[in-house]
Amino acid sequence: MDFELSEKAIDFRSQVKKFIENNLTSEIISNMHETGTFNDKSFNEALASEGLLAGAVPGYGDRDPVELYLLFNELEKAGAPYDGLAVTMLVAGIINAVGTEFHHEEILKKLLTGKHNCCLGYSEPDYGSDVASITTKAEKVGDKWIINGQKMWTTMAHESDWVLLLTRTNSEVPKHKGMTMFLVPMATPGIEIQPVPTMASERTNATFYDNVEVEDQWRLGEIDDGWSVMGIALALERGVMGGTNPAVPLLKHVLNWAETTPSKNESLMINNNLMRERIARTAIINQVGQLLTLRAAWIAATGGMPGVEGSMAKIYASEEYQKVVGWFQQMAGAEGLLSFGAEDAAAFGWIDYDARHAPVTTIYGGTSEINRNNIAERHLGLPRSR
Amino acid sequence: MNADQEAIKDVFSSFFVEQTGPESARNSIPLGFDLKAWKRLSETGAPGMGVSPPAGGGASLSDLVIVAEEAGSQIAPLPIIDHVVTSRVLEKLDLLEEEVLTGTLIAGLVVRPVKNGVAKSVPTGAIANRLIALNEDKLLLLADEPPNKSLPNHGDLPIAHRVIKNADVIAEGREATELFDRALNEWKTLISAFLVGITRSSIEITVEYVKDRHQFGKPIGSFQSVQHGLADLPGLCDGARLLVNKAAWAGDKEIAGAINLTDNEISDFATLASMSLVFAGETSLHATDRGLHYHGGYGFSEEYDIQLFYRRARAWSQILNSPSEECLDLADLLLKDIGAE
Ligand SMILES: Cc1cc2nc3c(=O)[nH]c(=O)nc-3n(C[C@H](O)[C@H](O)[C@H](O)COP(=O)(O)OP(=O)(O)OC[C@H]3O[C@@H](n4cnc5c(N)ncnc54)[C@H](O)[C@@H]3O)c2cc1C
Repeated sequence: MDFELSEKAIDFRSQVKKFIENNLTSEIISNMHETGTFNDKSFNEALASEGLLAGAVPGYGDRDPVELYLLFNELEKAGAPYDGLAVTMLVAGIINAVGTEFHHEEILKKLLTGKHNCCLGYSEPDYGSDVASITTKAEKVGDKWIINGQKMWTTMAHESDWVLLLTRTNSEVPKHKGMTMFLVPMATPGIEIQPVPTMASERTNATFYDNVEVEDQWRLGEIDDGWSVMGIALALERGVMGGTNPAVPLLKHVLNWAETTPSKNESLMINNNLMRERIARTAIINQVGQLLTLRAAWIAATGGMPGVEGSMAKIYASEEYQKVVGWFQQMAGAEGLLSFGAEDAAAFGWIDYDARHAPVTTIYGGTSEINRNNIAERHLGLPRSR
Repeated sequence: MNADQEAIKDVFSSFFVEQTGPESARNSIPLGFDLKAWKRLSETGAPGMGVSPPAGGGASLSDLVIVAEEAGSQIAPLPIIDHVVTSRVLEKLDLLEEEVLTGTLIAGLVVRPVKNGVAKSVPTGAIANRLIALNEDKLLLLADEPPNKSLPNHGDLPIAHRVIKNADVIAEGREATELFDRALNEWKTLISAFLVGITRSSIEITVEYVKDRHQFGKPIGSFQSVQHGLADLPGLCDGARLLVNKAAWAGDKEIAGAINLTDNEISDFATLASMSLVFAGETSLHATDRGLHYHGGYGFSEEYDIQLFYRRARAWSQILNSPSEECLDLADLLLKDIGAE
């Protein structure tokens, strides 16, 4: 692996950095935490008009996975609202890989304008990790499909024009072989969205599908072959679309705080040895997170499939992030509990925010345990434990 | 890795597997040095590989990292890292003796400051004929008969205290500290690579063991708690290797001062070398800890190799500094331009 980025990649990164500097305002950031919607359509549109969005679609255009990684890494480090964008661009990538002419015209083109979003409807109330057991049903009636069921954790549903919906189309065959994927327009009658608030600022949703009728043209991939579409989604994502450097913005906030806050002995926190040790450790964690992610991107860029490497990066970054957040919240004592807007909140409330957000990072996008199963079976060659 | 580096890996992997390995580590207790294997290694020219091409070397730090990882994977009781790093300093000062180049005399680094004329717990203290040490702002070369007797220690290393007497001052002032710092950063990088080798082998040995050992009628490797305890390790091992490789890359390019902490962009050699030592060190502690544990009681018995790896991980990861102390030094580098230091 090369530690020196290509000239093209360096240029791309400076373009992204410059874009962020010019477009990411503190209003955008505070708005995302107030609304809980980590998506900003005007920011996305600006990315599109800067020509950066096509580079955000995995497998599309002339951007390689390293540049894809750079884009999301810069957004993540800057604390920008990119969750909605990442999911939307992932769906764009899936359409690019397996979509029809109709999907390209009707959806992909629109997604590239930044004005539209997609959400992922995989998880259900009763099936999360065991997603292949989902029960939301799609039945073919004439030349239409009728969909009934409920999805849970449909993040960004309220922002989206389409939901990538995993449905059960055949219960007579083994569970992996009886699912079909759809791109359902959210405006279709029969869809209901209920917000699900979380312990952090981010909002997610439950979505309900009551005799939702869609034409066959909204089907993505073959009938009963929805599991392969899921596989494509995982392969495209490859752990490079953000989420592996969460402690970088945290460290920035912590440093600002430590440089201005006295410790018990009156000297600044930044001079406290335990604080300094933990800052150094966090810097190491951030480097390793970056290197593991860059490696996954690099494998993808050279034609490989970094499934296991993506799992390694995800486990490492999320678990270490939780550890780091715990350290700094404790270092900040009582003020580490105070939230955005509270007088004297440590790091203006960022420490409390990160401490609220961190727990979800080892859960969504595949829990640590599911990723460990993956590594144990596919990398270490240990027998299947389930 | 380029083609040359693939070749280096192949050659040294075979060498250390065939000529060293746990067997040689056991046989060289208590001295912590396998003279026969060292002679063999010297025949390959390896002791001189780190010096400049005209002197018969030409290996970059990135190349040496490959050698060090292979040595670590076989816990080779050979002072190759110290010797190579020290030879590079000697060459820069035009003091490289033929016997050092060929490995007939062993050279080592006093990695910690000399106090009251004594270098305590020197990693190659029991066997080094030439030692380079920093005493305040003077770089010293001690040419002395080694005791050939090591202090009994956790990692079966050739550790000894050495009296620094009648040593030559070979550099002074800024030149001395710069030469020493460079050497120490190279040493940190290569020891980190050695520790990555220890980690890699501990994972391999343990995975084999848990596939083989049966309890309750099945391999213990089919129990999920065991699987998950092991599944964390390859990512840590790979992360450590990447960090070490990045440090070596920065060392070869002599990158100094490129530290942007808040943007997570760091290419400064000294910083990366220090990060590597902490991370590769603690990763090896963790991997050997899990590895020993999943061997059950046998892991604790002398007969099984995992305990050799376990003890060497501890020895090498703290022979210079406790990881916490190393982090404080690292913080000084990272926070140079920040705060009231
Ligand atoms: C904020 C948020 C946003 C989300 N966004 C989306 C979204 O946009 N779209 C979407 O489809 N989903 C989304 N999810 C859902 C997420 O993917 C699931 O929560 C996740 O896959 C885990 O499923 P679960 O919550 O049902 O937990 P469960 O699967 O019930 O797991 C509970 C615990 O059991 C463990 N466990 C389960 N199976 C095993 C096993 N085989 N071996 C060992 N341990 C096991 C898990 O690791 C976990 O610790 C989101 C979740 C959250 C919290």
